[in-house]
Amino acid sequence: MIMSNAASSSKQKHTGRRLFIKKAVALTALSASPPLLIKAGEQDEFISSFFEKKDVNLNINGKTYSLSIEPRTTLLDLLREQLGLTGTKKGCDHGQCGCCTVHIEGKPVYSCLVLAVMQEGKKITTIEGLAQNENLHPVQKAFLKHDGFQCGFCTPGQIMNAVACVKNEEISTYDQIKEFMSGNLCRCGAYPNIIDAIMDVKKQGGAL
Amino acid sequence: MIAFDYSSVNSISAAWEAKLKFPNAEFIAGGTNLVDLMKKGVTSPGKVIDISHLPLKSITEEKNGLRIGALATNADVAEHPTVRTKFPLLRMAILAGASVQLRNMATVGGNIMQRTRCPYFYDTAMPCNKRNPGSGCGAIDGYNRMHAVFGFSDSCIAVHPSDMCVALAALDTIVNTEGKKGKRQILITQFHRLPEKNPEKDTVLLADELIASVFIPENKFNKSYYLKIRDRQSFAFALVSVAVALHVEQGVITDSRLAMGGVAPKPWRLYTSEKLLNGKKITPELFREAGEEAMRDASAFKHNAFKIPLGKKAVTEALKRAVESSF
Ligand SMILES: Cc1cc2nc3c(=O)[nH]c(=O)nc-3n(C[C@H](O)[C@H](O)[C@H](O)COP(=O)(O)OP(=O)(O)OC[C@H]3O[C@@H](n4cnc5c(N)ncnc54)[C@H](O)[C@@H]3O)c2cc1C
Ligand code: SF4
Ligand code: FES
Ligand code: FES
Repeated sequence: MIMSNAASSSKQKHTGRRLFIKKAVALTALSASPPLLIKAGEQDEFISSFFEKKDVNLNINGKTYSLSIEPRTTLLDLLREQLGLTGTKKGCDHGQCGCCTVHIEGKPVYSCLVLAVMQEGKKITTIEGLAQNENLHPVQKAFLKHDGFQCGFCTPGQIMNAVACVKNEEISTYDQIKEFMSGNLCRCGAYPNIIDAIMDVKKQGGAL
Repeated sequence: MIAFDYSSVNSISAAWEAKLKFPNAEFIAGGTNLVDLMKKGVTSPGKVIDISHLPLKSITEEKNGLRIGALATNADVAEHPTVRTKFPLLRMAILAGASVQLRNMATVGGNIMQRTRCPYFYDTAMPCNKRNPGSGCGAIDGYNRMHAVFGFSDSCIAVHPSDMCVALAALDTIVNTEGKKGKRQILITQFHRLPEKNPEKDTVLLADELIASVFIPENKFNKSYYLKIRDRQSFAFALVSVAVALHVEQGVITDSRLAMGGVAPKPWRLYTSEKLLNGKKITPELFREAGEEAMRDASAFKHNAFKIPLGKKAVTEALKRAVESSF
């Protein structure tokens, strides 16, 4: 059985032509009149409201969000653009840098390659969800102590993967940590300090 | 990314029925390849069928081998106790690919079905017969350092990028598919096709079919190794890779399997090198000969000639490391 919402797909059939005309008008208006371009942001939202949306419930940092989103929305864009959770960064947007790392069901993944609509009911944790009350996560503290960053852009992603790294008991040597962290690039080259920070937390017995 | 319709299916038959009904639909599993291709505009399906909820995640030891569901993640496979003990070559190949985060997302089915990383395939401003049949091949007279030295045609010289598939090829894996025609069992070495005149078709999978699982037959190999040569130490595709599985008894190779990655449109078995090794006593000279033999029929383009001597050395080195390994 296909679980797509029957009501919304039949509605789409009937309104398909009208939708197309509306879209076309909006796009022409956008390309033809400069003053409208200034409001490009608003226009984007206006245009995207014509596309079919899906309802999805996401559990992010312990909070449940009931959302209506376009299927093409990545988890990264949803977090940053719609939920204001801008701690997760967009570096490459193609799964090549690690800046967008979040946890789904406790495992680090690249949120730029995840379709949000596929995550119904999954437990998602972002950098904003690591600290408990005012207490930083041990990995966050260790990054501060060891200067595990310079500009800080890659840091949320580094920390999210580092949390998985300290939990993994099979990873203990310097080289193993390096390999485990190889999906997180740092343009500033803070690598040695990042590894020191991870080693430090591991020596303290890992982070629960 | 061009907007698409989305639906999720909860049975295997619903999956292929949906694909049959919507010819311009694509399955999505981990999404690590499809989402990337959709962002670049290389693929723009009208409908995306989410198969990630199908009950195809289990990894089970059967009487004559190991069955791995198509939706098991690469991480799950690499960490599985039976894979660690009985199929260490597969674990090694998977861990040589991508990164921790990608392996947590990537599925076995998706890994087998992933498209080439040829830069012209990815650049929609360039000609590419695989992306846009009949438009020409940007790589043949272009920058072709990453491209094939075996199995290519006048229409396409791209390589298949998977590491996992190279190990699966060495282990004589069977791909189990399902579709309107029913169930099929296809040897992994016959699953990917050579480009010939229609490079747009990567595999022999029919339009409505999906991969349900793979089956790796039990084996008695006691030495194995996956050697991957790349531009940086980690998180890069292979320039050349070699999977070796040997059964060694008192210094003699009784049986062998060799496959190469990064050199052909599919995982490339080295049948003649295997033949040369079988029944022989291990010597450095034998491994050097096997390396020579491996690349005998290779032919290069302007920028990838380095793959031929590199391939010889890689085969020799992988054999050496395999016999030094404890598994
Ligand atoms: C930066 C980067 C680096 C990488 N490095 C490596 C590397 O070094 N080595 C390596 O081997 N790989 C590498 N990969 C590729 C990665 O392994 C693949 O993207 C991944 O395995 C695809 O699996 P998926 O489940 O995410 O597939 P998806 O993106 O979900 O699907 C990919 C394709 O397979 C089809 N498909 C998926 N499942 C099935 C099924 N069961 N039946 C039929 N069709 C199906 C989909 O329709 C789609 O066309 C890298 C990827 C990235 C982004
Ligand atoms: S090698 Fe194949 S994939 Fe690359 S440009 Fe040529 S046809 Fe396209
Ligand atoms: S932004 Fe996701 S990996 Fe770079
Ligand atoms: S701290 Fe600047 S990119 Fe890593």
